[in-house]
Amino acid sequence: MFNRRIISKWVPFILTAAVMSSECSLRAAAGVAESIQAIRAVGLEGKGQTEAAQAMRILTTGGPTNIPAILMAMGAGNDLAANWLRSAVETIAQRELTNGGRLPLLELGQFVLETSNPPRARRLAFELITRADPSTADRLLNGMVNDPSTELRRDAVQKIIRQADTSLAESNKIGATLIFQQLLTLARDVDQVDAIAKNLRTLGQTVDLPWTLGFLTQWKVVGPFDSTGGKGFAAVYKPEEILDLSAEYDGKSGKVRWQTLATTDEDGSASMNKPFTALKGAAAFAYTEFYADHAQTAELRLGSKNAFKVWLNGKFLFGQDEYHRNKAIDQYRMTGQFQSGRNIILVKVCQNEQTEDWASEWDFQLRVCDSLGTPLRSATIAQVGVPPISVGKP
Amino acid sequence: MNRLFAVLLCLSTIPTHASDWRQFRGLQGTGVSDETQLPTTLDAKKNLAWKIALPGRGLSSPIIVGDRVFVTCSSGANQDRLHVICFNAADGSKRWERQFWATGRTTCHEKISVAAPTSASDGERIFALFSSNDLFCLDLDGNLLWLRGLMRDYPNASNGLGLASSPVVVDGVLVTQIETDSEAFVAGIDVATGLNRWKIERPKKANWTSPLLVRGANGKMVVALQASTGITAIDPSTGVELWKYTEGASTVPSSAVRGDTLYVPSNGITALQTSSDGPPFKQLWRANHLRPATASPIVVEDRILTLNDAGVLNCGDTVEGKRLWQLRLKGPFSATPLAAGHFLYLVNEKGLAQVVDLSKPEGEITGELDLGEPIIGTPSIGGGGIYFRSDAHLWKIQKS
Repeated sequence: MFNRRIISKWVPFILTAAVMSSECSLRAAAGVAESIQAIRAVGLEGKGQTEAAQAMRILTTGGPTNIPAILMAMGAGNDLAANWLRSAVETIAQRELTNGGRLPLLELGQFVLETSNPPRARRLAFELITRADPSTADRLLNGMVNDPSTELRRDAVQKIIRQADTSLAESNKIGATLIFQQLLTLARDVDQVDAIAKNLRTLGQTVDLPWTLGFLTQWKVVGPFDSTGGKGFAAVYKPEEILDLSAEYDGKSGKVRWQTLATTDEDGSASMNKPFTALKGAAAFAYTEFYADHAQTAELRLGSKNAFKVWLNGKFLFGQDEYHRNKAIDQYRMTGQFQSGRNIILVKVCQNEQTEDWASEWDFQLRVCDSLGTPLRSATIAQVGVPPISVGKP
Repeated sequence: MNRLFAVLLCLSTIPTHASDWRQFRGLQGTGVSDETQLPTTLDAKKNLAWKIALPGRGLSSPIIVGDRVFVTCSSGANQDRLHVICFNAADGSKRWERQFWATGRTTCHEKISVAAPTSASDGERIFALFSSNDLFCLDLDGNLLWLRGLMRDYPNASNGLGLASSPVVVDGVLVTQIETDSEAFVAGIDVATGLNRWKIERPKKANWTSPLLVRGANGKMVVALQASTGITAIDPSTGVELWKYTEGASTVPSSAVRGDTLYVPSNGITALQTSSDGPPFKQLWRANHLRPATASPIVVEDRILTLNDAGVLNCGDTVEGKRLWQLRLKGPFSATPLAAGHFLYLVNEKGLAQVVDLSKPEGEITGELDLGEPIIGTPSIGGGGIYFRSDAHLWKIQKS
């Protein structure tokens, strides 16, 4: 009786509280969603920063239950927003752990295991698990040698490299060879590929490194054109206007025509020194075709110590007017739209007039990859006979 | 009354600590500390307060705000994971760490790393800049306030060898000098919003020097921008050019400053004094024999000190640039020397820290400590200690 009276007295309040709590939860969820939206809207030159800063305060005052939603929002292709969101997760996690709380490890683990989730967010979730339970994290790596997250894959591959090293040390050469051969197909980071190739060669195996990394090695080149005083980067030469492999042009010191250049360099470098010598104040063009089996977005990854410009199917992608500072594989990553079938890649490479010995080379290396660094291979290469193609202005 | 209250309020909200070291070469960018309790003979057992592991590479100097030390690092296969870490100065324990993904290119010379520029602070915020041109503003507790991807904003602003210019903060503006062969600019970024207050184009030429604060006419601070063309002094609130010295300057060692005089690595060293009468500056002297190599010069009282390629410390007077003495040290040096009292603190590329007593007639080495790892970054001084950092560790050295 007493209980019934009490209950009947308090029911309205309980119901009201429940509704309010539910509304609060909904409001909080809406706040999180709006905050994430505000952060995802950040853009160049600080656009949306003020709103993002306010949103950040809302996100970080929430508990760790917000983490999965924040992680999921990292996949929109906005790197600036990804850093905001990453920082929100780290701030929440640090506060929770400092206060003796726990992170939702099961949810984080399930987020990591779902490979369709944003790769970098999965990596961050993995790092949170590693902090709390390094042993489980290490075991999870065993299934990640083919992971779409570059960083997770790297760690998984590295773990097996260590095992193969152990096999080698124990003189199990066949075992080590097999493991390294398998790893060569799985590794995506260039330093790992290099290390694996070195091990295989030590074991007496042949490795075609340019093929493994997917460098484009078959080119048509034309030059040299006059680039005295560094004018070649900005200048618009004939091949930049109409691409015609049968054409003859006025070069730096006479008529020039397209010629074949096939590189066998270990690092895939297409050297302009070979056809055009160690010329100074010169520019040249390199042309190749890439046959894609379907239309797709892919990366053109270029390394060069020279000034360069790159076009894909006549569309200007990127250029850098810099000489002899450095060259590295994948130094410049350009995203381009490949169409199904034939795609035209044109590279302009310029040489300046520095006289030092170390400034005598002019070259570039180029490969086509997915965002993970997996080389995409052209179905075939046509060397000649393309009709004139208009090239886009930078 | 109201104005007085506003001033007091303002002072009370911006924490100031005499021993702060808030940017490259300290609060004023002089490299000279007021600390009086630093060790002058170095002994690992007596003077090592702590040594802690860092999660990545770097040659940025630690900065010190109050009882906190802030360090930047880069890690990962492509040095594209960026770290900002806060340690307790007292015991080296970590207070917090934030990591970010680089949004700009990270290719560097092997001797440099992506964590090359030294962070700056206004006492309330940390401004962490990396060679990828990623710039993060955090409060002292690690809360992200704003960020910029300056290579996203200005896509050609990269150098295959890496960038190393350290920003300075003055009057609510972060002055960020980013100069490469392909794109070059200086941006005055509002410290509160992260937005450009101004942006000026600069000569397209690779440049690793850092902007420097110097007292200009009427005592107002101006920013000296060094480049291969010389020195350009600008108003930090507007970016407007105030004066220009056009006889060239180095693109590696930065100028030294003391009061209203700049000591520019130009034709050796050229001393330029700002002036409120007549021309905006006058050349005091030029001394080719004081030419510095990689490390920047430093002025300690009435002496200027430079390090040459052979690891020789040159000491000149600041009145006319006359050489006073030379002392052969164990080089080579990339890190810029610092001073406290009449002692000079140096560390060579092999990680050998050295202390030189400048009060001796020809300088005298009073202490050495082998830290055992390559060190490229300039150390910092604050809170009674000297902080050295390598690619792997952070050390605090203090008096026993």
